[in-house]
Amino acid sequence: MSGAGSSTRDQAPDGTPTKSGLTRRQRQTLSRGAQYAIFVAAIVAIGVTADWDRLANQFAQADLAKQLFPDIITIALRNTVVYTLSGFVFGLVLGMIIALMRLSSVGPYRWVAGVYIEIFRGLPALLIFIFVGVAVPLAFPGTEIPGGTYGKVALALGLVSAAYMAETIRAGIQAVPKGQMEAARSLGFSHARAMVSIIIPQAIRIVIPPLTNELVLLFKDSSLVLFLGVTLEERELAKFGRDLASQTANSTPILVAGLCYLLVTVPLSFVVRRLEGRAGETR
Amino acid sequence: MSSTVPGSPVNPSKGNMKKTDGTARPEIEVRGLHKSFGDNQVLRGIDLEIAPGEVVCVIGPSGSGKSTLLRCVNLLETPTAGQVFVGGSEVTHPDVDIDAVRRRIGMVFQQFNLFPHLSVTENLTLPQRRVLGRDKAQAAQIAAENLQRVGLSDKAGAYPSSLSGGQQQRVAIARALAMGPEVMLFDEPTSALDPELVGDVLAVMRMLADDGMTMMVVTHEMTFAREVADRVVFMDGGVIVEQGTPDQVIGNPQHDRTRHFLSRVLDPAAADVEEGKQG
Repeated sequence: MSGAGSSTRDQAPDGTPTKSGLTRRQRQTLSRGAQYAIFVAAIVAIGVTADWDRLANQFAQADLAKQLFPDIITIALRNTVVYTLSGFVFGLVLGMIIALMRLSSVGPYRWVAGVYIEIFRGLPALLIFIFVGVAVPLAFPGTEIPGGTYGKVALALGLVSAAYMAETIRAGIQAVPKGQMEAARSLGFSHARAMVSIIIPQAIRIVIPPLTNELVLLFKDSSLVLFLGVTLEERELAKFGRDLASQTANSTPILVAGLCYLLVTVPLSFVVRRLEGRAGETR
Repeated sequence: MSSTVPGSPVNPSKGNMKKTDGTARPEIEVRGLHKSFGDNQVLRGIDLEIAPGEVVCVIGPSGSGKSTLLRCVNLLETPTAGQVFVGGSEVTHPDVDIDAVRRRIGMVFQQFNLFPHLSVTENLTLPQRRVLGRDKAQAAQIAAENLQRVGLSDKAGAYPSSLSGGQQQRVAIARALAMGPEVMLFDEPTSALDPELVGDVLAVMRMLADDGMTMMVVTHEMTFAREVADRVVFMDGGVIVEQGTPDQVIGNPQHDRTRHFLSRVLDPAAADVEEGKQG
């Protein structure tokens, strides 16, 4: 970026000025200074041109924000967490099954798993929510997905995340050295026993950082519950924020809901970076 | 090293004893074994018998098929043709319970293959409990005994990553022994070790040989083969070229290929040149 590499040519080894009249160090200083200047200019431009009064009026009404509590935490954030975790658990179980099918020596299992992964990775999560909300009740009339909205959300989020988690888990299993399976088999473990006792525990350690990342993505995707039609008690953060924004004709609830998301996602991302750092050390 | 190993009965007469007297049923018997990987014929008809308590070292250039032969004995590789018997029962029979067969055969790998997510003791106890169904206390006791045998009692709680290569390999040997195998297979057990760590592993193997364990060892350690083996088998190009006592095969080889191989292995300078070519 600073062009230091290419500048060595037109600079005398003793550091005396070259054709351009600058030493290498001077050019680096200049380049870095220019980057700071552009950064400051961009901030100032936004600060001057944005209409802060209107923004504050629309998004940062303190008394409105106060009214959101405690419901935004006790109902909305709580529901978001419940939806996310139930979807994650369902997706993890399904993803593990699909990953093992993908690695199976039985051809049809591999094909089914491959088709599942391609379809559900290729579809927007939104379509899957609509599918679960509309198509499943149509296809199986009279049957209710157990757990009402909670069950539907777990199913939809699980179906979406299972495809990603299956690929992650498969990669993790394949990252375990081949010698581990051979050692286990040579000790008399059956293939299944070796998988459960030796391979999968090691694979899980490898895939914990990417799976935690998936949890962050699911947390955000849980906002798609919006499209299932939920009762007041079942609202999660995005729906809650949007509803109150239209009731009060002010967008402050949206801002507060956004902050609630960050309250969870930022620490989770931090955890992921820590885990990745640690995985890098031990490897 | 050997001073830390407590006395399992040592057979002092072993050095003179000839176990291939033909009366005992062979512990390992290989008949007409062929193995191909695609078009690549790795084993082209191997016949070999190993008597109970016999120590056989298999030597030969890389690519000669010696590791594949070893891996066919416990079916880590499935033979293309031929039969393998262990303890009198045919392991290549289509109806055989492979897992039951492998319980009777211990295997030690070049890369140790300890389970990195388990402590040293757990490496020894988990297979006993999961495969043999031993209870926790019994498995722990057997683990402790075998760790003591290889001189690593003080590493019981350590994790494999904190051990040296030589220590890891000794744990791997103890892990195999804890299963109570009739036969031990060693696949180049010292090839991945720093030279100064080789001795400890060989000392453990020597102790096992003295205890009367039936052993099949693929190795490049000619000194070990010479001092410990009852019989040396030289393989090249997927066949057994010659076999006999260490003195016969290593001391007075009859075939050109054996002489050529030994001259390279026993002369380090020549061996280095060869390694360089391959690398």
